[in-house]
Formats: sequence, structure tokens, C-alpha cells
Amino acid sequence: MVAHAEIRVVHRGGSKINFREPVITNDSRFLLCASGESVKVYSSSSEECVHDLQGHTDLVSGIARNPSNHLQVYSCSADGTVRLWDFTDGILIKTFIIGYPIYSIYVSEKHGGVVFVVVPMANDKSSELFQLVAVHLPRSGDQEVEARELSAVLCDVSPSPGAASFGREGEYVAAAKGLQLEVFFFKKQKPYRFFLKPGIKKGSKNAFTCVSCHPKEDCIATGHADGKIRLWRNFNQKKEYTYSTLHWHHGAVNTLQFTPEGTNLLSGGIESVLVQWRYTQENQKDFLPRLGAAITHIAVSPDGSLFCTSHSDNKITIIQSCVKVSAIIQGLVKSEGVRTDLMIDPRSKALVLNGKPGHLQFYSLHRDKQLYNLDIVQQEYINEEGLDQFEVVKAAFDAHGDWLATVEERRQKGSELEINLKLWAYDEQTQSFVLNTTVTAPHEDQITAMCFSPSPETTMLVTISFDGHFKAWLLADHSDTKEGASWSCDFVGGYHLLKPGCCCFSADGSLLAVGFQEVVTVWSPSSWELLTTLSQPPGAIRDLCFGRLSCSKYLLGTSTKNQLCCWNILTCSLEWSTPMDVSLLQADPLSENIAAFCSQSGCSDLFVFKPGEPRPLYSQRALCTGKVQHAIFAPRDQMLESCEEHAQWLNRSQLYFLTQHMDLMTFSTKTEEDRLLASSKRLMVDNSVAVTPFYLLLGKHRLQQQQQQQEALTNPMAERIQLPQGSIAIKELLYTPAHVLPSASFLCSMFVRSLLISSSSAREEKEPVEEEMESEEEDSEGEAELRDARQDLEGSAAWGPGEELGTPALTKAQERELRRVKHFDHSWLSSLLEC
Amino acid sequence: MGELKVHRVRFFDYMPTAIRAMAFNAHTERLALARMDGSVEIFNFTDHYFQEKVIPGKDSRSIESLCWVGGRLFSAGLNGEIAEYDLENLRPKYSLEAYGGPIWTVISNTQGTQLAIGCEDGTVKLFEVLEEHIQFERNLDRQKGRIISLSWHPSGTHIAAGMMDMIRVFDVPTGHAVQRLLVDRGIGGSKSRETVVWSVAFLSDHTVVSGDSAGKVQVWDGHTGTLVKTHLVTKWDVLALSVSKDESSVVAGTSEGTVIQFQFIAPTLHQQDKEWVRTRTFKNHTHDVRALAEIETAIVSGGMDTHLVVRPLLEKFDEKSHASGLRKIHFPHRNLVSCAKKAGLLLFQFPGQLELWRLGDSDGHGEKHTLSKKREMEEIQSISLTLFKQKGEDHICCSALSSCGGWLAYSTVSSVRIYRLQTDNNISITKVLPNPELAMTTKCIHILRYTSHGSVLVFQLHCIVPVYGSCPSAMGIHPTTNNLTMVHADQQLFEYSIVEKQYTDWSRKLQKQGLHNVWLDRDTPVTHVTFNPKNPNQVVLHDMHMFCIIDQSLPLPDQKTQFYNQMTLRSLSEQERPSHLHAFKICKTFQDLLCVSLLDDQSLVVVERPLLAITSQLPAPVRQKKFAT
Repeated sequence: MVAHAEIRVVHRGGSKINFREPVITNDSRFLLCASGESVKVYSSSSEECVHDLQGHTDLVSGIARNPSNHLQVYSCSADGTVRLWDFTDGILIKTFIIGYPIYSIYVSEKHGGVVFVVVPMANDKSSELFQLVAVHLPRSGDQEVEARELSAVLCDVSPSPGAASFGREGEYVAAAKGLQLEVFFFKKQKPYRFFLKPGIKKGSKNAFTCVSCHPKEDCIATGHADGKIRLWRNFNQKKEYTYSTLHWHHGAVNTLQFTPEGTNLLSGGIESVLVQWRYTQENQKDFLPRLGAAITHIAVSPDGSLFCTSHSDNKITIIQSCVKVSAIIQGLVKSEGVRTDLMIDPRSKALVLNGKPGHLQFYSLHRDKQLYNLDIVQQEYINEEGLDQFEVVKAAFDAHGDWLATVEERRQKGSELEINLKLWAYDEQTQSFVLNTTVTAPHEDQITAMCFSPSPETTMLVTISFDGHFKAWLLADHSDTKEGASWSCDFVGGYHLLKPGCCCFSADGSLLAVGFQEVVTVWSPSSWELLTTLSQPPGAIRDLCFGRLSCSKYLLGTSTKNQLCCWNILTCSLEWSTPMDVSLLQADPLSENIAAFCSQSGCSDLFVFKPGEPRPLYSQRALCTGKVQHAIFAPRDQMLESCEEHAQWLNRSQLYFLTQHMDLMTFSTKTEEDRLLASSKRLMVDNSVAVTPFYLLLGKHRLQQQQQQQEALTNPMAERIQLPQGSIAIKELLYTPAHVLPSASFLCSMFVRSLLISSSSAREEKEPVEEEMESEEEDSEGEAELRDARQDLEGSAAWGPGEELGTPALTKAQERELRRVKHFDHSWLSSLLEC
Repeated sequence: MGELKVHRVRFFDYMPTAIRAMAFNAHTERLALARMDGSVEIFNFTDHYFQEKVIPGKDSRSIESLCWVGGRLFSAGLNGEIAEYDLENLRPKYSLEAYGGPIWTVISNTQGTQLAIGCEDGTVKLFEVLEEHIQFERNLDRQKGRIISLSWHPSGTHIAAGMMDMIRVFDVPTGHAVQRLLVDRGIGGSKSRETVVWSVAFLSDHTVVSGDSAGKVQVWDGHTGTLVKTHLVTKWDVLALSVSKDESSVVAGTSEGTVIQFQFIAPTLHQQDKEWVRTRTFKNHTHDVRALAEIETAIVSGGMDTHLVVRPLLEKFDEKSHASGLRKIHFPHRNLVSCAKKAGLLLFQFPGQLELWRLGDSDGHGEKHTLSKKREMEEIQSISLTLFKQKGEDHICCSALSSCGGWLAYSTVSSVRIYRLQTDNNISITKVLPNPELAMTTKCIHILRYTSHGSVLVFQLHCIVPVYGSCPSAMGIHPTTNNLTMVHADQQLFEYSIVEKQYTDWSRKLQKQGLHNVWLDRDTPVTHVTFNPKNPNQVVLHDMHMFCIIDQSLPLPDQKTQFYNQMTLRSLSEQERPSHLHAFKICKTFQDLLCVSLLDDQSLVVVERPLLAITSQLPAPVRQKKFAT
């Protein structure tokens, strides 16, 4: 096979943001979190992603503030580098090459020029033993520096970043692993080890889960698997050490954090309750309950005003002073299994899959943001082990995104399977799906597959089930009754009482193929006539897929006995077949391409081919470990113009897949990466963060005007630079979300004026001063329409005191001249609008 | 020894009473313990926590507080009397009316010259300790409201007194109250209830620590009378406080059955200013912890649930050893049951009465109990019983039944009574003349008295057994060989031939080889020794958790042999078995044993008192919120 160096498998979008503890910057304005191979900078007030610090080539495994410069952060990664970033501008300042995969990073204010990282003891990935080492960062001006000066601090530590913490003024470091707590004093260079009993009593689990040191006093708080928190004191003694125990959590304590002044201790666990313990008065505790999912990390801003909690459902909650949830940053929710498979919502082009229990999530891959959650089950979820609840197991969209079908099921021990089929109609007004029909028990057994007919004439849904039947559901129009349209069963089909496993409509919706174990039956949905049967024993049919566009005459099927077959529907004969263990077959809706994931010796291979052509377009061996069970072609919003042959299949749509470890991966080409890089650079220029859209539109603009005004008065030649600024105004107008814009009448004048400048400056270069005045006049004119009372105050009304100062009284002649120009411009604008 | 018929007796309703007060004498390492029924027990902490002495109670006596002055023990109670005990003869020496109403507490100063008592009428009375007596000295300023608790400053100049809603600090030379520390009431519904300061502790740096009924442990500055720190430790009462000798730790016992430790710790290492921090919580009780003592290496606690808990502080031990294990003392280290081997009678001793039961027969054949190779009868069947109500208010010290079943004897503090029993069809009792000299030379009855000095006196003063350093916990004279078998509190075993007036060869051999470590590590003393009437080589002894048949004809185990080998023996073939046998045959099938005896017809009587049955008879504990209820 050809080595495709240009196509890389990358994490893009939907990566974990709860992998490591987030970091809040000193001014509490930004939140930094590790997300796949990059570090994301979120604004803590608006939840928007401000920067994406890219540069690492493997998972980012930790972030830490640079104690000597509050505008910089360190990040470490499994690629063996520590990078120093300027997060306000998103610039990589330095790269320190350590050479070993790094699992977590710690910094301490008292240890200048040193970072502490956790690396494996032996330099291979399989090593189970980790050590905490101090890395002396060399002072050198180079961008890339090799930091080879390592000194081991503690051996055999846990790779989890919560399992170690630096104590008061960096005098000691406490690390916990298993049943052992180790405290290392830097001054004395002496470790103390404390052991807990394994806990013989009633299955109590004593093991340490996390450690946090009090910032002002010598007290170490440790969390344990049985939900207890221990506060250790006097730990500079071998025997006379002592601890007190706090117990509120019923599950393991996932994370512990002291507030910066040490007055409170925060803890979180599976209960999804943030507990705030008063230090030294541990009976008093505050709770912030109902945070949605188990807390995995807690971070506190350096001033203590802002907490943020990471949750197991890939969410970061920002909490103000332990009482109010002020913002939620939601990533792609990854529950234990994606039972619904991956889908693309045809309307929003969002990725749709299981989200929270009982919900479907709509996730925008382009913006890397969750759009919304759709509550399918509409029942309260009770977080308890061993409780069977309804789960969304299947979902399907029709071709236009008007209809959504979902199947939920609940299997209880000792009782029958409960299945509900729900059909949701898209409501234009609310911009979301509204429940239209609920069919309880649509089948007697599990529904294995479901698809909508792509034909534009009928709206038809086909469900197939293990009970041996497939059913076709039609939207029956009851226009006479008030209820409107609802769904009902139209046809029930079967084939020799065999259990159907998969179904597929042809691209035009004229054929339906249903795989009944070894036999593929082809039906005509218009007459429900069994047209033909195709079979290629041995092996039951696992997956079926019709070709698209020019290849629509082909039907592809995979069988359990490692066969990939291609039938020609026109001749009803086998076109070709090849022995392949295809675990997943996925057709690109925008091209003829079909992607087949094969599993071979623990790894997955990918082949992209056209059914009509014998040679694969693209193939990649050893894509990832484990079987790929879910994949989807997501259409691109902009077509890629790639000339290389093997990358052309990525031009129209992008292939996303989920690995065994629930990582969402995609393929990226070189041209695409170049474009991304370019766009990120461009973004950097006009980035002004944490300013409201109003400020963008008015405040900044006014400032500019002020400056222009002054410049124009002092230097008549300065007005040339106003050209690009006018275009900025347009850009702001177009790129700001509609709901935050000021009123249209207000904007209109500004918009018009910006157009005016560009055109008039091109034409009337001779009268720069007057031109400038003109624009001013124009602005005020628009304003004057709203408030007539102020109009007669002065010829040129002023907005602010600054302008009043800067604007000298105009002469009558000038004013007249301006009026004339204005009238002229208006007519010009109207002509422009007409055409 | 094959199969045995077992009489499993579970109808002895022995009920220990709650522990009320405790005092530890650091000098002699003796712990004095007062129970609700007025009995006082002395435990020797140097001798494996052995219950050395028991002073039986009296109906009219109640003890609220105990206090050691040197080697003398004083008690005070709600009957308004102070009593001193004669620890030699195990009875109260004298008691003295204090004329202040019920007495809540008694303490002594560190010099041991004065006693102070807190009375219901609000007075603190000082008594002078004289050679043989105590004498009233004076009253401190009388307060409104009762004095619940007292603590003397180590220098002897001040006394802190816990009262209702407040703590008073008295200047002892003048007798005036110098500080008045107001204690907050509880929150919510208990706001209207007065706070009882159940316990105070006056530390040498003039810190006063108090525990009150609102569940608080508070630290006060005794000089200025200001509150330093409040620890809310429970929703219920803090009943007891105890300070360690070096004053670096305070323990508090609560109504929830927890013992909470506070330590005097510097918040930052290597610095001088320290504060009291709540550290560990021990939960070994289900009910109120009424009495508490923090000793050098352990925390001793007792309360409503009647057992004494010795919780060693592990940091004080260098290695895991016999002494560093948690110890719970449930049963008295004495025999409360006696068994007439020939007649099949059982005598149960209660504080105020005796019960006589006859063992019956069972026609039902129980399942074959293979584990111990003994055959167990179904449930035991007792036929008749007789009650002896003790007349007078003194409680019974000890009792015995002759093996023929014809004689019964019991004693109180003041008298010994002997009865003649006729048990043919109807039980009849004839009182024999009480003879204090006890000329009981009848062959069937031995009343043995265990002296506290490690020596054993055989009646008629036949001979004196050589003194051993640990108290004997049980002994028995072999009916045929007249050998005296003694087991001591440190689990050592001796056999002494009364005839030859020396230790037997077997005993010498045993001492030479040493006992097995597993045997030595047991934490309850052997309380009864009896013999197999059929096989003179076999000695039966038991403690609370097991009974053991020692076969002197078999080789002694050395340290390497497996001690509990019944399971291994069973898995071996008949030929291999003899090579693995050793002298100690231990059976743990029966638990919470009060008596094990072998009858003449080779059936085994096992008297059990399950701890669960004791717990179920206790009053309900305070309500506590349990998770997920």
C-alpha cells in the first residue's frame, strides 16, 4: 500500500475536556482545559472558546499556570514536551523537550525555573511504574529547548494528577498511591510514608484517590475510595502523626481542593454534589447539588471567587462563590456505549448520538460545541446502580431532517422488554423537534435497525426487529381532524420466519433491501412486493448498503463469515466478492465512496472504494487498536479542492469514527491543515476578547471615530487609514449573532455610512476634511430620526463629550456642502439597493 | 476422643450492668470500674487486663464517680455518701454522709491530701484525707444549681466546676468563684433546655475543656474566662472527658457511642503555638460512653452497652504485638456457673439470686456435627429450676455446687451459707448452719478462693504453691490424682502435685518447651478448669471463645506445628493422623462461653450467653441518622 503521509488521523472536535483539571487564570477571565491534542482557552463569562492552543502531537496531559508570569501557562503532553504558552494571544512561546511521555505536571511558586512532571520509570509506554521528577528548565532564547536536567523526587507515584500535591510554600510534596501516602520534604530531602490498612471490615475500601495540601497550614487532605476524607497532621513524625476523618460522600471521593486561603475544602464525587467543608469546623458544610454528573475535577481561581468542576459527562461548570452556576461548557457527551450509532442531522449538519441518559445530543463538529440536547425518554433519570432505565437505542433522520424517529427500550430482570417508537417532527418555529407519535411496543422484540425512505414522494419509515418482521410506517395525513398528521403501520413483512438483521433503502427509495440472516430480500416499497432474493452463504448478513449516484445499481453486503459481496441489482447477480472481515460499512451520501472498516488482529483497517471500481481509492492499515463500531461521513461546509488522487474522497465530506476507547477521530489532509493554520492566524489579528458585541459595534467604533476626528483635524492626510476600519464595521455587523445586535434602524445608518466612506473616499479624494465631516453628519442624521428634540440643538449633533470637544463649530457654507453630498449619497445608495 | 453428646445451654439470662464510672491509677496501673448495680471491679493493666478484684454491689448503693487517692479507692454516689473500699477484703470500709444531697462527682488533688465533691445543692465540699478516714474540711462558695463535674488544676489552687449552663472556676484557698464561663445552649428545639456540663478538665496551662449536653467540646482560657474554640462533635451529649498524662490529647465520649480524640497540634510544623484539633474518632460502642480514661498507650472506654473496651493507640507501639490489639471485655473473669457432674445440675449465679437447673434428656438426634467430631444434641431441655432469692441487700460474691448435687454454698460480703439439696423428685432445700469457719471438709465440695497475690491457698492450708507473677484465672484439683491445675492471666499453665508438693513432670516439661504462641496470644483468660472423670489424662478448660481439652498423654506442640489442627486432622487418613496429634485440642464451635463441663456420662455441658442476646436486652440507643434510611 502507498504510504499516505498527507492524510493523518487526528482528534478534531468532540475530544474530552474533562480529562484533566482545568486551570483558571489569575484574573478569572479565562479557563484553560486540555482537550485532545490542544489546549482550549474559554472565556469564563461567555463560555466561548477563545483560543485553541495547538502544537502538541499527542494527548495533552496537564496544564499549570506559570507562577512567575500570570499571562503564561505550561502544558505537558504524552508526546514528551512541555510547552509554554501565552494564552491571551494564543502564542507558543517555548517548547521544552523532555523526551519521556508526561502524565501530569505540577509547578510551585517557591521552586523557580523548575517544573515537576510525572514520567514512566522505564522509557516505554507499557511501563506501569511512574516517578515524579523535577525538570530544570534551561534559560535560553531558543524556541525549542531540550531539558535534560531531570532529578527524581519520588518513585512509584500514581500517574493521576490529583494524586500529588505541593504543600505550604512548596516545602513538601504529598503523593498517594494505593494505600500509601508519601510526604517528601525538600529541605530535609526526607520522605515519610504512611500506610493504611487494606480494610478487612465489611469491604471497606481505604485506597487513596486524591490529595490536596492546605496552602497556609501543614495539613494534607486525602480522599478515599470509600468516600472518606482524611485530614493528616503532624506528618513530619514517623509514629506520632494523626488524622481526622470526614465522611459525607457515599462513593469514592474523586477530587479534593483547598481554596487559596485554605478556609474551605472542596470535594466532589459520583453524587454530583460539590461539598464545601469549612476548615477546622468540618461539621459545617455547604452543598451545591444537582450538578448533572459525577464530579471528576475541581479547580479554584487564584482569588477564590470562581470554582469550576469537571464532570464525567464531558462538561465543565463554572460556579461563582459556591452558590451560583454561572456558565456551563459542554463537550461531546460520551456515555458507555453509542447505541444509536452516529448520525448527521441534515438540517444543522450536527452530529447526533446518545448523550446524557435518555437524551440525544446534537453536536456541531465545525464549531466543536454541543448545540442542544433532546430529551427523548422524558422521564426523570435516577442515578443508582442496578436500576434499569429507558435507554435510547436507535434513532434515524429522514432525508430533509423533517422527521426524527427514535426507539427506546428498557429491559428489566424478570419482565418483558419495553419498547417505544417515537416520531418527532421538526418545528420551524421552535427550531427543534416536537413529539408527534408514540408507538408503544411496535415490535415484540428488540428493534435491530430502522431507516427512512429517501424518496421525496412518501415519508416512510421501516423498522426491523428480532421478532422476524419488518414494519413499514407511513405518515397518514388526517387533515380533516384537528390532530394533524400522525404515523401508523402500513405493512408488516417477513421472510420464512427468519430474523432480519439490517435494512437499507436504495438512493432513490425505490428499493428496500432487508437482510434475513443469509438471505437478502429486495422489496419494492410502493407495492410491497418481494422482488428478488440474493444470498451468498455461508454467513448471516451483517450490514447492507446501496451504492450512490453512479453506482446506485450496486448493493453491498457484509456477512459474518468475512465476506464482502457486491450484487448488481439490475442483473440480480453477484458482481464481485472478497474475503474481508468488515466490521462496518458506511456510504458517503455525497459521493459514490464507501468506507469499510475491517478488523484484523486487534487493529482496524480502513478501505475506501467505489462499488464499481476494483481498486480502492484509499486504504490505511492499523488505523487504531480495537474494532471500529461507529463511523459517519459528515458533509463539509466548504468543499476542499484537493488534487491528489488518494485524498479526493475527503473533498466533499469528512469521515469521523469512534474508536474502542470512545475517541472521536477524523482524517485530515495537508491542505486542510494548512487552511486551518491560516485561519487561526487570521483570527489572531482581530481578536478582542471578553468585550460585548455592543462594545464591538459602538464603543470601539466610537473610539475610532474619536481618533479619526482628531487625526483628521491635525493631519488631513490621515483619513486614508479609515478604509479598512469601515470594512471592520461591516464585518462586525455580519458576524455578530442577530439577537445581540442593536435595533435595525440604528444599524442601518452605520452600515450605510461605512459603505459611503469606501465609495466616496475612492471618488472624492480631493475633499478629505469635508468627507470626514460628512460621515459624521450622516451618523448624526440617523440618530436624529429617532429624537427630533435634539436635532435643533446644533447642526451637527454630538454623541459624547469627547466629540463635542473635538468638533469645532461648522460654518454655514460647510454645512450646506455636506447636505448636498448627503443627498447625493442617498440616491446612490438606493440605486445600489435596487440592483 | 471421638464423639460427645453436647448439652448446649442458652437459658442462662446473665445480664451485666452498665458501666458508670472509671478511674485509672497510673501508679499501680489499676483501673477501677463502677457499674450501675454498685459493684466495683479492679482491672490490673500490667497483667493482661485481668479482672483482679470484684467488690459486689448492694441494692442501696449507687456510684456516680470513683477516685483514687494513692492506693485508696473512694466512690461517691447519688445516695449522698462517700465510701472508701477495703481492697484486701473486697468490701466497703466505711461510708460517710456528705449532707449535700446526691453527690455527682468526687475528685482528689494531685497531692492526694484533699477530696472535693460536687453536690446537688450547689456546694463543692472539701474533705481532708486522713490516715484511716476522711474528714469534712469546708465548703467552697455555694452556687445556684447542681455541681455536675469537677476538675482540679494540677497545682491545686483552682477547681473548675461544671454546672447547668455554666462553668465556675473556684479559687481553692479563698473558696470564692473567680470565673463564670457561660455555656451556650443547643440550637433549635433544645434551646429551652438547660445545658448540662457533663465533664470538665482543667489543664496545667489554665485551659478548661468542657463537654456538655449540647454536644459541644469547648476549650476555654481559664485565666480570662474566654471561649477559645468550640467543636460541635455530636447532636447528643458529650458525657465524658479524659486528658492524657502529658496533656497533649483529650478524648471525649458521646451518647452516640463514639470516642473522639482532640490533639494539641501546631498548625504549621516546627512552630510553637498550638491549638486543639479534632483528630480521630473511635466507634466501639453502640450506646452512651459514660466512662473514659486515656492511659499511656490506650483509650479505655465503657458505657451503657456494658463492655469495657481497651483501644490501644497504635502510634505508641513499635510493632504489632499482643498488647496492640483491640480488647473488649464482656464477661467477668470468674465463674458464674457451677455444674454438678454426677447429678447433672447447673447453678447460675445472679447478683441477687441463684438458679438451679437440671439437665434433661433429648430424644431428638441432632445432626452429626463433624467439625469438632462431637455429637450435638438438639436444643437443651431443662426440667426444673429453683430460685434462691438472696435475702438482704448484699449481692452474691460466689457460689458453688457439689459434684454429687447434694450441697450448695454461696457467699456475700458478710456471710457464707451452705444448703443441703435433695433432688430426687422434688427439690428441697435445707439450710445448714452457717459456719463462718467453713469446716467444709466434705469431699465433694471445694470452695476455692483466688487470692490476689499470685499464690494459691488450698483450704486446710495443705501447702502453698510457689508464687507466680501473674494472677491465676482458673484452677482445679484433679479428683483422682489430686493434682492442682492452674491457669494464669498471662495464659501460662501449671500443674502442681499436692501430694508431692511440687510441680508435676508434665508441668515442668511444658514450661521447658514453652506454650505455643497462638495459645499465648489469646485475649481472654481461662475461667474454668475441669477434668474428664473417665480419662485422668484429660483436662478441660475454656475461655470466652473456645474450649480446650488437654491430653497429657500426647506430645506437646512446638512453635512450628499448626495449633488449630482439627481441620487438617480430618483431611488426613487414619494412618497419618497420630503423627499430627498434639496435646491441645481446641474447639471453637461454641462462642461466648460461660461454662464448659464434662459430665460423668461423658456428655459435655456448654453454657453460652450470646452477646447478641445481651445487646438485644439493652435499651434503645440514641437515634442516629443512618445513610440511606
